[in-house]
Amino acid sequence: MTASTTMRPADADVQVRQPRARFTDLLAAEWIKLWSLRSTPWAFAATLVVILGISISTAYGDYQSYPGLDADRQEYFRAFGALGDCFPTGSATFLVFGAGAIGAISVLSEFTTGMIRTTFAAVPARRSVMAAKVGVVTAATTAFGLVAVLASYGGVQWILSGHGAAAGLGHPGVPRLLAASVVLAPVSALVGMGMGVVIRHSVPTIVATITLLFVVPSLLDPKDYLSATFLHTMVLQAWQRLTYESATAELWPWSHTGAWTVLAVWALVATVLTVFSSDRRDH
Amino acid sequence: MTCGDGRVSPLVACAEHRLVGIVSRMIEVHELTKRYGKKLAVNNLSFTVQPGRVTGFLGPNGAGKSTTLRMILGLHRPTSGSVTVDGRAYRDLPRGLRHVGALLDAGDVHGGRTAQAHLHALARSNAIPRGRVDEVLDEVGLTDAANRRIGGFSLGMRQRLGIATALLGNPPVLLFDEPLNGLDPEGVYWVRGLFRRLAAEGRTVFVSSHLMTEMQHTAEHLIVVGRGELIAAESVTEFSARGAGRSVSVRTAAPETLAPLLTAEGASVVREPDGLLTVVGLDSDRIAELAFQHRVLVHELTARTGSLEEAFMELTADSVEYSGGENR
Repeated sequence: MTASTTMRPADADVQVRQPRARFTDLLAAEWIKLWSLRSTPWAFAATLVVILGISISTAYGDYQSYPGLDADRQEYFRAFGALGDCFPTGSATFLVFGAGAIGAISVLSEFTTGMIRTTFAAVPARRSVMAAKVGVVTAATTAFGLVAVLASYGGVQWILSGHGAAAGLGHPGVPRLLAASVVLAPVSALVGMGMGVVIRHSVPTIVATITLLFVVPSLLDPKDYLSATFLHTMVLQAWQRLTYESATAELWPWSHTGAWTVLAVWALVATVLTVFSSDRRDH
Repeated sequence: MTCGDGRVSPLVACAEHRLVGIVSRMIEVHELTKRYGKKLAVNNLSFTVQPGRVTGFLGPNGAGKSTTLRMILGLHRPTSGSVTVDGRAYRDLPRGLRHVGALLDAGDVHGGRTAQAHLHALARSNAIPRGRVDEVLDEVGLTDAANRRIGGFSLGMRQRLGIATALLGNPPVLLFDEPLNGLDPEGVYWVRGLFRRLAAEGRTVFVSSHLMTEMQHTAEHLIVVGRGELIAAESVTEFSARGAGRSVSVRTAAPETLAPLLTAEGASVVREPDGLLTVVGLDSDRIAELAFQHRVLVHELTARTGSLEEAFMELTADSVEYSGGENR
């Protein structure tokens, strides 16, 4: 009828109505991004299957050999061996692989496709975007760690309890073992993210991460002081320090607090790299 | 930040939901320079892009168009100079989609996601209601493909998805880098209509292309660049006037007589292989006069109103980064 109703009034229509920028919006967006990739549920599921497979088969092997042990050895197994079965090193290794891969995918899926440009064009506050990624990946992998560790522990206990050899929650070291194993998941995921953000290419990221976390430690001699010092700064070695009570005195002893600190420092450094390294680059 | 900085009109309400009212939605590029190592991609470039019309950003490949667009969006950091949208550096905005919508490269997506999930995540990051995703998918004609993975999309479909992304925040400023690539004729027609409509709504629409013919039917105003430098900033009409009447084709029985006469009058004359003379610098009336005075028989006299394409080629001839070799 009138000009103002028949025409689209430019200024009124195009006005920028800007709601407050909330960090929770970015968390929600990153959550959608993580789960809309087909590889994410598959990576979680495959990691879980492998971890349970290793834990259960290790426990079942011990369950079968237990009756054949003499009384001393049976007592030794109840004191130390059962604890080791709760979440074996093989399971922990695959937890590091799986969670690390998921962390790396979360950033490489952006950097290797050019999606990062679309993301940063939509949200110029780059540090906030990367912090939201850290938050979402940490939450998802912590939840995953909890599920994987508790499922593994529950299954193992159920098997070993057949001979009364289970290590219950009251067993010394069990709560710490479970906590350290759960924490291993987000720490590994953050390391994967940090490596991905710095390297920004898929294959080199995988090679560098595996070399750093697995290959280099395996080449070092734990009896040598310098090598031992280096080993004590590694993720899987810190996890081992927290989960296994050595029956014999360690050559180069270190404290539980030291091991927790190592895990915290890895997570912190990786987070700082992830949040800040994209800030000044051209994309 | 918006409130009380003295730049915004009194219509602006400083409330929880700030209403940024009548502000200039101009893109202002000021002495912009970008250097990658030794290579100078953009050199001291200054121009403004006004709202309410489609502005073409024209230049040969490698002229620095994409680099400039990336600097407008804060993706690349200028070596020197500045660029602002609406008076502010884009990098300083916490969220961008409601300010500037952009299609830079249709390939800047993750092929593993569905179109729906891709847009949903972007919308969520900017607090844009989910319903807007379906609206823009419908707008670009991708409703039926919404739940298909982007990896299976054709280039044309990806361009449409990129346009949908740009429209998501209903922004007052829109940037498109080579948006017509890969679109079928129907798509090209649709995109032109869309750009004109967006401009008619008062938005600032800035569209890059390396093909003049594309811009001829799309833009009203042109920013022409070559080798990172500004060549022209004027309306399409003015720009095409540069090409109008620039040369006259003359078919004559005695080219060897006529050519020196024309040259003596200040024209430059090129003798084409088929005997035709191409004359630049004299109009057809003057050529006819000279021929008549000197009793030279002329069979044909054609004033060539040069196309926009020719004007463009001529202007950018010295600034073509990757020349075909034979043409020069």
